[in-house]
Amino acid sequence: MLSEQGGFEAEDVTAISKRRTSGQLTVVKPKMSLAKRVTNTYKYRDLLFGLIGKEISVKYKNSALGILWSMLNPAMYILIYFLVFQKVLKNGVPNYAIFLPSGLLVWNLFQTSISSATTAVVDNAGLVKKVSFPREILALASVGAAFVFFLFQAIVLIIFMIIFRVLPTWSYLWLVPIAMIALLVFASALAVFLSAVNVYLRDTRHLIEVLLVAWFWGTPVVYPYMELAVPINQHGLLWVYLLNPVVTPVVTFQRALYGKVSPVSTNATHAIIKILPAAGQGWYLTHLLITIVVGLVLFIGALYVFGRLEGNFVEEL
Amino acid sequence: MSVAVQVEDVSKRFRLYKEKMTSLKERVIHFGKVPFEEFWALRDINIEVQEGETLGLIGHNGSGKSTLLKCIAGILLPSTGEIKVRGRVAAMLELGAGFHPELSGRDNIYLNASLLGMPKKEVDRRFDDIVDFSELGGFIENQVKFYSSGMYTRLGFAVAVNMDPDVLLIDEVLAVGDENFQRKCLDKVKSFQKEGRTIVFVSHSVDLVRAVCDRAYVLDHSKVVGGGPTAEAIGILRDYQLKGSGLNHDPNLTEVIDLTTDEAATSAQRQQNPPALITSISLRLPDPSRDYAVPNDVISLDLRYECTTLQEVLLGVEITDVRGELVFSATSEDLGFGSYSLYGQGEFVVKIGPMPLLDGVFSLSASLYQVPGGARIDWRSIEQGFKIVNPTKCTGMVTLPVSILQESGS
Repeated sequence: MLSEQGGFEAEDVTAISKRRTSGQLTVVKPKMSLAKRVTNTYKYRDLLFGLIGKEISVKYKNSALGILWSMLNPAMYILIYFLVFQKVLKNGVPNYAIFLPSGLLVWNLFQTSISSATTAVVDNAGLVKKVSFPREILALASVGAAFVFFLFQAIVLIIFMIIFRVLPTWSYLWLVPIAMIALLVFASALAVFLSAVNVYLRDTRHLIEVLLVAWFWGTPVVYPYMELAVPINQHGLLWVYLLNPVVTPVVTFQRALYGKVSPVSTNATHAIIKILPAAGQGWYLTHLLITIVVGLVLFIGALYVFGRLEGNFVEEL
Repeated sequence: MSVAVQVEDVSKRFRLYKEKMTSLKERVIHFGKVPFEEFWALRDINIEVQEGETLGLIGHNGSGKSTLLKCIAGILLPSTGEIKVRGRVAAMLELGAGFHPELSGRDNIYLNASLLGMPKKEVDRRFDDIVDFSELGGFIENQVKFYSSGMYTRLGFAVAVNMDPDVLLIDEVLAVGDENFQRKCLDKVKSFQKEGRTIVFVSHSVDLVRAVCDRAYVLDHSKVVGGGPTAEAIGILRDYQLKGSGLNHDPNLTEVIDLTTDEAATSAQRQQNPPALITSISLRLPDPSRDYAVPNDVISLDLRYECTTLQEVLLGVEITDVRGELVFSATSEDLGFGSYSLYGQGEFVVKIGPMPLLDGVFSLSASLYQVPGGARIDWRSIEQGFKIVNPTKCTGMVTLPVSILQESGS
């Protein structure tokens, strides 16, 4: 028994000396290069998953239904919107109970990411002050947690699609993961940027809450894309609408899951309802790729800003 | 031996805002002219820690030693300069920082370990070691919020030391926990030393630094003012304490220092026109080549007085430590010398020792008392305290002759 322990210790020591000769060198400097920052963050990817897991398990820790709550919320939405818009108000969008959540879930993902990431660094002040790790992971974990909740909510949407017998448009379904990536890249860029800014300007979080309301109505979630796109296109301002990077992922989701292209229907006054652009996959793909490229550029920029601001986090918290 | 930690020209500037302007409105109103003072917490620090060495950082409150440790850990980024650390670093600034109360001990181990930069696979491998060390047993599945504070710190320490660090940074954490736990921590630190790992240790406790460290640096007012083998470094720290160079930010301590150094304060405490006056008081150390004493030295106190004529006077001496705590106090009567009659000018020579004091800075004062009623006629303390430097590895307040004899069992 004793000799076994001794052997183990000896092994341990050689392991240490081996690693030492390999010379993993940490340099603490006022500024860190971007490439260094990215690789450093990647090294801590286990922490990212750990933090996402923490967010999820903590949120519903002492509730009996647990994660089910995150699914009941959209279920309620779908039911109410089904009753209000399809049965009472009759806004003329067919299967509104599917149209709405296919966009709303995407929007929720975006909104939850941004608003929780904005306070991520401030909320974890205790950690930031005492432990050294790439702090942008806190913001990324907020986005990651929002994504996991999104996946749970997507299950609800699928259940309701089965109930309402709505089939996805199979030929557009492959665009969904790309749309997801586009949205996540952009959300991450914004999340990293805002989490750092909020340390210095605590107003940011309130400002963001207000801005998100405006942003929501600038995104075709409640109303169909074409309703707004057609009139502003007459003024040659469609590009302004498409500047909103959330628009394309949302419309892609609606196209793939809901699938009614414009024009399809009439409302109570028999005017034609326009819903989604009758564009091919190429249109979606191009717009998504543009969003991804812009998102990546913004993400690099956000990391740069974060790096500049990070140096004084501890004293500002 | 190669260098494990190299600190080059590191400075750290803090901005002290008179008022925190964190809202947008305030920022806009005060745009560009937010009042702040610059404060250099560290200035041009150059330190090298050899591989396998245990280095202490000592200094008074606010000297910058914790800031330096945080910079080495990468928690704070220095304003200028550069720090190179070879190998995996584990910083123990606060045990259990980052524990989430709602998660179980098991989940927290994984989360905490990944915070410290350990991949999940490695945690899997070490999980049992961590649980063993924390002595939590079955409680590991309970939520951390139900833990006692002892269990909490044990778990935090267990995670940190099982990170298999090459460089371990410790800030005061050993000061928490019960004695058993402290011993366990110290044992772990000792075994780290044996394994040749590098340790940087920040502490207020001179005793702990002496017991653990090979070398130490002294920080004062954001600068490194000296360094060397632990005993020497502690001597330098004592010098700075003697000068009272703002060393004691604790207001209670400043008062004590002021009393012993500030002539005005001393005389204000003395009676107006006393019937007898202590005209001078001075201390002689046994070895004039040193400005400090060592344990078991005999020191002597020369005391000159002046009076017309006074019967039945007692001489009292008092030794206090740097915190103002009384170490020793007695009058000539208590010591069996009885009382004295004073005529005109004269001198007392008080020999004290061998003093079994181990280490520290002490102040000496002498008083004259009138026997009937015991009223204090006059008192004076030496202008500067004296320090006793402990050349050994023993720690504590006093030095005792100890002999150990082994008697074989059979």
